[in-house]
Amino acid sequence: MEKSEKLFRDKETVKKLIGKLKEYKGKPLKLMEVCGTHTMSISRYGIRSVLPESIKLISGPGCPVCVTPNYYIRSALELARRSDAIITTFGDMMRIPAGDTSLLDEKARGADVRIVYSPLDSLEIAEKNPEKKVIFLSVGFETTIPVAALAVLEAERRQIKNFMLLSANKTIDEALHILSSDKEIGVDGYIYPGHVSAIIGDKLYREIANQHGIPGIITGFEPVEILAAIIRLTELISNEKAAVENLYARVVKPEGNPIALSKVYEVFENCDAAWRGLGLIPSSGLRLKEKFKGFDAWEIFEGKGQEIDEETPGCRCGDILKGKCLPGECGLFGTACTPETPVGSCMVSSEGTCAAYYKYS
Amino acid sequence: MKDIITLAHGSGGKLTHNLISELFHKYFSNDLLLESGDAAVFDIDKGRMAFTTDSYVITPIFFKGGNIGKLAVCGTVNDLAVSGAKPLYLSCGFILEEGFPVKELEEIVKSMAETALEAGVAIVTGDTKVVQKGGADRLFINTSGVGVIADGISYSPSKIQEGDKIIISGTMGDHGTAILLEREKFQVQSSIQSDCAPLSGMIDAVLKKFGSAVRVMRDPTRGGVATTLNELVKDRSIGIRISEDELPVKDEVKGICEMLGLEPLYMANEGKILLAVDSEVCEEILKIMKEHPYGRDAAVIGEAVKDYPGKVFMHTLTGGNRIIDMLVGDQLPRIC
Repeated sequence: MEKSEKLFRDKETVKKLIGKLKEYKGKPLKLMEVCGTHTMSISRYGIRSVLPESIKLISGPGCPVCVTPNYYIRSALELARRSDAIITTFGDMMRIPAGDTSLLDEKARGADVRIVYSPLDSLEIAEKNPEKKVIFLSVGFETTIPVAALAVLEAERRQIKNFMLLSANKTIDEALHILSSDKEIGVDGYIYPGHVSAIIGDKLYREIANQHGIPGIITGFEPVEILAAIIRLTELISNEKAAVENLYARVVKPEGNPIALSKVYEVFENCDAAWRGLGLIPSSGLRLKEKFKGFDAWEIFEGKGQEIDEETPGCRCGDILKGKCLPGECGLFGTACTPETPVGSCMVSSEGTCAAYYKYS
Repeated sequence: MKDIITLAHGSGGKLTHNLISELFHKYFSNDLLLESGDAAVFDIDKGRMAFTTDSYVITPIFFKGGNIGKLAVCGTVNDLAVSGAKPLYLSCGFILEEGFPVKELEEIVKSMAETALEAGVAIVTGDTKVVQKGGADRLFINTSGVGVIADGISYSPSKIQEGDKIIISGTMGDHGTAILLEREKFQVQSSIQSDCAPLSGMIDAVLKKFGSAVRVMRDPTRGGVATTLNELVKDRSIGIRISEDELPVKDEVKGICEMLGLEPLYMANEGKILLAVDSEVCEEILKIMKEHPYGRDAAVIGEAVKDYPGKVFMHTLTGGNRIIDMLVGDQLPRIC
């Protein structure tokens, strides 16, 4: 890691790449980084500030916490308030507000909410607390879903019956097709996330290129990798070549990781899913298969609790997730909506577009 | 002595006295303490004193590089030392949960005594309370401390001027990362340990020669270097620019933090100081610090500038600038 880090953060290389980008004389471009981790890196290294004016980077819907709708948060909070529940979650979910409360607040009021680093940690907690339901808030894309699937399979194998998932897992493909066909957004090229691609491979990106004529580059998260991807995109676009290239070949294989994918579809099946800001997208979510219903925390609600609700008035998370506006163009940004008092979820998660802009601007 | 602490140890009766004489007096032994009065009584010179207090509630109480006791002494000693005071006396209050193993308490008390000896302070008064099971998380410690300030020494962020250099005494985030690894029981092999150390010796060496060139000193504990730098410039007409290149971070700390989506700039330190100093003597101050075992990795990380008044910003590797804001609550690990 040390060696590659030095290579991909080398100051001289960065300088050369920025010099090359400054030579860009083509038409104005809108490039979308699909993934929240890219948004973070771009902001963290101040990459926007070194690009020529004609190249705009817009942030896509790739932060899992940000696209999780309100009703999910409300349901998670309702479960947290149950005396027979232990909620396990990744840290990002803790501060997401719904109404005037959050998991962090509920924890302070006595709810048992624990931050875990892997869904598998929930299994140990379940074994140690047999009288409680241990519910993992399973919110993610292809990077984290395989481990959630593994946790379910492992729970089944070890006969852990008090472990459950509240799934709002999503796959990126349908959302990407919708964004690609939205002329108002007008994406000229995609920067694709290395880690998601390591699981799903490049098939989806080839579809996007073929069907919508939009090229894309798979790349890593270091400044050299991101800059190189932007340069390569400008070249592809200038040559009107809707191709997909992989700058992250050290990790990403064209076929992805078939084993991880097979685990996902052993446990989950596609379902329609609500995305904050994007609305209901058919077949873009993952729910537990009938066989694994015993692990499905949605069953606790007996069909209730999934009513989709209105966004907060004034919050433009939706447009921001579609790349239609920048955080600064939202009336709430930096005033009513800050990391201390987030209104929309783009401000809550450190990967959220608004949080990244606020923190690093 | 029993092998666990019971409520009787905090009752003020015979067991309390045994605990005091067999443990606290044995290790903290000094004339003022052994007087066993209701308060330690000592002489002071004319002049000014510094007085500080802090409570320690860390989990786990033993960690690589130290324990809650060593931390309790270092923390208060360092708060005094960065105020420009020579630390003299500490008080020490223990709140113990019943059932706490006496052997562990002894280990903690022993390391407190060793650290106090190294820092040149005496623990001269103390208190022990025992609470019922569940009333505390094993063991809490409070230490307060007093120190004397030499004539002419007065440090304040208001003294920082344009062009002043910012020095850190070593690598960032070691303590925070070490504690995180132990607390969360990550299955990561690492040699990262807490930097927990008493810094009064190193600070004394700097002040002896360059006391008047120092504008202000702080120990960047909770919230890390980023938060402390923000405290220095908040509501002032000056800003601080740091360079990403210059920030000393151990490779292992960097790797773990990246994996978890955390930033070393915001991770806690327990054995580091930040100084704003006159640029003219900056190199000489750095040299003195580097000669000290706790300052070997000291580095100049930035300077005070007129741009961005009231803010801390970082010159990034790509040549861009990025605002380094204060942290809201704890850093929360990212999802992917």
